[in-house]
Amino acid sequence: MRTADLITAAVLIAGAALVIFDSLRLGVGWGTDGPNSGFFPFWLGVGMVAACLLIAFQALRRSADKPFVQRAQLSSVLKVLWPATAAVVLMQFVGLYVASAIYMGFYMRWVGRHRWATVAAIGIGVPVATFFVFEKWFLVPMPKGPLETWLGY
Amino acid sequence: MGLENLALGFHHAVTPFNLFVAVIGITLGTIIGVLPGLGGANGVAILLPLTFTMPPTSAIILLTSLYWGALFGGAITSILFNIPGEPWSVATTFDGYPLARQGQSGQALTAAFTSSFVGAFFSIVLITFFAPILAEIALKFGPPEFFAIQLLTFSSFVGLGGGNPLKSLVSILIGFILAAVGLDIVTGQLRMTFGFTDLMKGFDFIVAVIGLFGVGEILLSVEEGLSFHGATTGMNLRVVLDTWKTLPRYWRTFVRGSFIGFWMGFKPGGATPASFMSYAFAKRFSRHPERFGKGELEGVVAPETAAHAAGVAAMLPMITLGIPGSPTAAVMLGGLIIWGLQPGPLLFKEKPDFVWGLIASMYTGNILGVLMVLAGVPFFAAILRIPFAILTPLIVVVCAIGAYAVHSSMIDIWYMLIFGVVGYVFKKLDYPLAPLVLALVLGDLAENALRQSLIMSQGTLTIFFTRPIAGAITAVAIFFFALPVITPWWRRLRGLPAAAPAPRET
Repeated sequence: MRTADLITAAVLIAGAALVIFDSLRLGVGWGTDGPNSGFFPFWLGVGMVAACLLIAFQALRRSADKPFVQRAQLSSVLKVLWPATAAVVLMQFVGLYVASAIYMGFYMRWVGRHRWATVAAIGIGVPVATFFVFEKWFLVPMPKGPLETWLGY
Repeated sequence: MGLENLALGFHHAVTPFNLFVAVIGITLGTIIGVLPGLGGANGVAILLPLTFTMPPTSAIILLTSLYWGALFGGAITSILFNIPGEPWSVATTFDGYPLARQGQSGQALTAAFTSSFVGAFFSIVLITFFAPILAEIALKFGPPEFFAIQLLTFSSFVGLGGGNPLKSLVSILIGFILAAVGLDIVTGQLRMTFGFTDLMKGFDFIVAVIGLFGVGEILLSVEEGLSFHGATTGMNLRVVLDTWKTLPRYWRTFVRGSFIGFWMGFKPGGATPASFMSYAFAKRFSRHPERFGKGELEGVVAPETAAHAAGVAAMLPMITLGIPGSPTAAVMLGGLIIWGLQPGPLLFKEKPDFVWGLIASMYTGNILGVLMVLAGVPFFAAILRIPFAILTPLIVVVCAIGAYAVHSSMIDIWYMLIFGVVGYVFKKLDYPLAPLVLALVLGDLAENALRQSLIMSQGTLTIFFTRPIAGAITAVAIFFFALPVITPWWRRLRGLPAAAPAPRET
C-alpha cells in the first residue's frame, strides 16, 4: 500500500506539473477583460502538487504495511481486464455487436466453461437484442463493421 | 401556492405513458441495484442516451425511477446476500443478513422496503415545501454566491466525508483539472490538449462515471473471486401484512431516521454517515441494545429510513440551485443540459411543468416502487444466480454501449477502460470517487462563477467575504475545509483520544 501510495502521488505530481506548464503558456494573471485561461488550472495544479507532497510525506512516515494487491487477486483482475481490452480493440475493426458476441462467447467458454449451446444462445442473443433496442427502437447508432455493412446497415 | 403547482405536477406525472416509463425505470433500476458493479449513478449514465429523443418530463421520470429502483435493489443484496450494493447499505447488512439467516428474510425485506418508503416520502414532502422557497432565495444569487455554494459543496467532502481529507482534496482537484481540458469557451483558447485533437472536446463525466463506478467496481469485486451464498426469499402477502402490523412500534426510529437522513442528505456525501448515525441512535435508545447485530428488525428500519431520506434529499440542491448532491444527481443534471434545460433556480419560473412533474413523480415513483419490489423480490433475487462468467462480460458490454452512446465516439470507450483502472486503484488507496465526478460536472460552472466574481471585484478575492450571503457560505466552507486540522487539535486540548477514522462515502 505504501509503495502504491507513493507511486500514485508521484504520477499525480507529474500530471499537475504538465497542467502548470500549460497554464503558464496560457497566462495565469489578469488578461484584457478578466483572468486568463491559465488562471484556474494553474492554481488547481499548484494545490494538487501541495496535497500530493503531503500525502507522500504521510505515506513515508508510515511503516510498510500489507501489499497493494496479492498475486492471486491481480491474476483475477487481469482475467477480466485483458479480455475487455481485447474486446475494445476488436470493436474498432468489426463493430460493437460482433466484438461483444466474440467477447461474451469467449469469456463464458474460457472462465465459466459453459456448454456450447449456452455460449451460442447468449453470445448471439444479447448482441442481436441490443441491436434492435439501440439501432431500431431508440435510434442510437453503435460502431458497426463489415458484417453490418454486408447486411445493409 | 405550493399545492396548486403540485396538482399541476401530478397532471404531468400521472399520464399512462409516464407511469409506464416509471414502471420500466423502477424495474431496470432494481435490476441495476442488485447487479454487482452497477449502481444508481452509472445505471442512470448508461440509460441517459436513450432519453435524448423523449420529452424532458418523461426522461427525468425514467431516470429518477431508475434511481429509486437502485436504492431499493441495494437492500435486497444486503439482506439476502450480505453484499451491500452501495456504501449506504452497509449498515443494513448488520441486522438484515442475520435475520435472513434465521429464516426471517421476508420480514427483513418488508421492513427495509417500508422504511425506505417512509424515509423517502418524508424527504419528498419537505422538498415539496422547501424547494420553491430555496429557489426563490437562489434567484437573488450572483456569481460570488454560486461560487461560495460550490466551495461549500466540496468543503463538505473534505471536512465531513471521512477518510483521508487530503485524498478527498486531490480527487476534487483532479475532477476540476479534467473539466478544464479542451476548449476554453470564454477565451477560445485550447487548454492542456498538447496538440492532440482527441483531447479538444475534453472528458465527459458520463464516461468517467461509467468507468470509475462500473468497470472499476467490477475489477474490485473480482479480486475476492465472486461466489454468492444467498438466503432464500420467503416473501408472501401474509409475511408482508404481519410485518406491517409490527412496524408502527418503531415510529420513533422512523421519525429520527427521516430527520437525520434529510439533514445529512442535502449536503453532498451525506447518505452513508446518515445511515450509520441512524443505526447508532436506534441502538442507543433501544431497550434491547444487545440484540442489535444479531437480527433486530429495528436495526434494518433505522439505516434504511435514513439512507433513503438522504438519497431523496440529494435532489433538493439539484433542482433548486443546479448543484447536485450526489453522483447520481450529477448525471441527471447533465441530462437536464442535454435536454435543453438550464439547471438552476430559474427552472421553477421557466419550466414549472417540468419541475413539478418531477416532484410529483417522486411521489408516484416511490409508491409504485415499494409495491413493485415487494411483489418482485423472488425475481430480482434470481438475478444474482446468473453465473459470474455471463454477468461480467454482459456488464462490460453494457458499460461500453453507454460510454459510446454519449458522443458516438470510440475514444470514449478507451477512456472508460482507463477510468475503470483508475477507479480500481483509487478505491483501493481510499481516494474517494464521488467528489471527482462532482468536480468534473461542476468544473466549468465553478470556473465561470469564479471568473465573473473576479471581474466584478476587479480581481480581489474579498468579494467572497464582503457580500453577506456569499460571506456566510464561504465562512462555513472554510470551517469545513479546516475541520480535519481543527478536530485532532481540539481533541488533544480536551484530553480526548484520537477519533477512529470514519467510514468513507463511495
